[in-house]
Amino acid sequence: MKNKSLVSIVDFSKTDYLKILSTAAEFEKNSYQNLLNGKVIATLFFEPSTRTRLSFESAINRLGGRVIGFTDSSSSSVTKGETLYDTIRVISNYSELIVMRHPLEGSARYASEITQLPVINAGDGANQHPTQTLLDLYSIQKTQGKLNNLNIVMVGDLKYGRTVHSLLMALSEFDANFYFISPDELKMPDEYKLHLEKTGLSYHESRDLDDTINEADIIYMTRVQKERFSDPIEYEKTRNAYVLKNDMLKGTRNNTKVLHPLPRVNEIDIGVDMNPKAYYFEQTENGVYVRQAIISLILGLKS
Amino acid sequence: MKDKLLEVSAIKDGTVIDHIPADSLFKVISILRLEKNDGMITFGTNLESKKLGKKAIIKLSGIFFKDKDINRIALIAPEAKLNIIRNYNVIEKKVVEVPDEINGIAKCVNPVCITNHEKIPTKFIVVDKRDIALRCIYCEKITDKEHIEII
Repeated sequence: MKNKSLVSIVDFSKTDYLKILSTAAEFEKNSYQNLLNGKVIATLFFEPSTRTRLSFESAINRLGGRVIGFTDSSSSSVTKGETLYDTIRVISNYSELIVMRHPLEGSARYASEITQLPVINAGDGANQHPTQTLLDLYSIQKTQGKLNNLNIVMVGDLKYGRTVHSLLMALSEFDANFYFISPDELKMPDEYKLHLEKTGLSYHESRDLDDTINEADIIYMTRVQKERFSDPIEYEKTRNAYVLKNDMLKGTRNNTKVLHPLPRVNEIDIGVDMNPKAYYFEQTENGVYVRQAIISLILGLKS
Repeated sequence: MKDKLLEVSAIKDGTVIDHIPADSLFKVISILRLEKNDGMITFGTNLESKKLGKKAIIKLSGIFFKDKDINRIALIAPEAKLNIIRNYNVIEKKVVEVPDEINGIAKCVNPVCITNHEKIPTKFIVVDKRDIALRCIYCEKITDKEHIEII
């Protein structure tokens, strides 16, 4: 993994995933390790994402590194019309590693071609957000004690949700059984179902969460956004069908955990928050350890 | 077949590209950058073809292509056939093959792909050679045959 960019979840192998997860577990036990020892890391946020940026910056600070960068493009020379090419070329001279988020899809891959430095993609539009996927994997492993043969119920916007697509790709390495729960307009795209068929994995599709919730090891909730619907009446009709409420968890397995990439709007009722099966806030804490692991492995500070 | 070839004058040495869909002729010319070639080139279009309805043909005197270059037209003229001519005789026939990668010819269908916002040559992996589907190496979205736009 040393000096390798992490742009897309498929850039890394199953062995890499497992290495990242075991390294993250070490950081969870002992998070403050001065491995970066003052090294400078650039965090380039061409669009704001407070949670992701702070998680990365917390990871870098815990490793004893320093952060340079910007928090949205209005505070950078992008507003003067500078190309991404020029921005990346210049910043490559200032740091050891680039963490970037950009609204355009493919921007992180492009950046990784421009610079000699490793690039970590912190989200490129609706395309990829691989560190989210790795923290999801870590959260699943930590709560279930394993990654193999789990029942994964994905709920909500499965058509546009990049987190569910990347998680599907990663979990397909671990023989997961998938349950896709979504309105007709937001079904899992064929290319991902085709990937599962080729891999020999089973999946089930349904419009109704109640059908499968009791089978779930993991319930992965996503936001159903109004702007995704061509018909606003259809949205009003379906929006409440994909809201998780506390009483719906009554018959679920003891080991069931509810995950969500956040931000949440209304798709998980706040009544669920106190349920021990709710795991979405702990999930964000895991993100810091996973990002510490990714940064230190890419920079060759852990092997 | 031979008569059709003769509708444009015969060449001594060079390449004849036949079975180009008539409406793709000018795209083929552009992809092969023939406008910058100073060899003698004749072309005919809207010729009758049982297979394609209307076809076009290009005759290039003294011009030969590498497979890698000629395969670039496979996206828009998948049925094209090449006759390599030496001393007025066809010494070799070739068909175009869809390559594994397509660089800098097609536009990515995704409006929010970085390649549609900065000056970057596009790059695609051909994920379906029969029905033509291209995956952008940047945004990872699929551009299918119906939506292929030649740059």
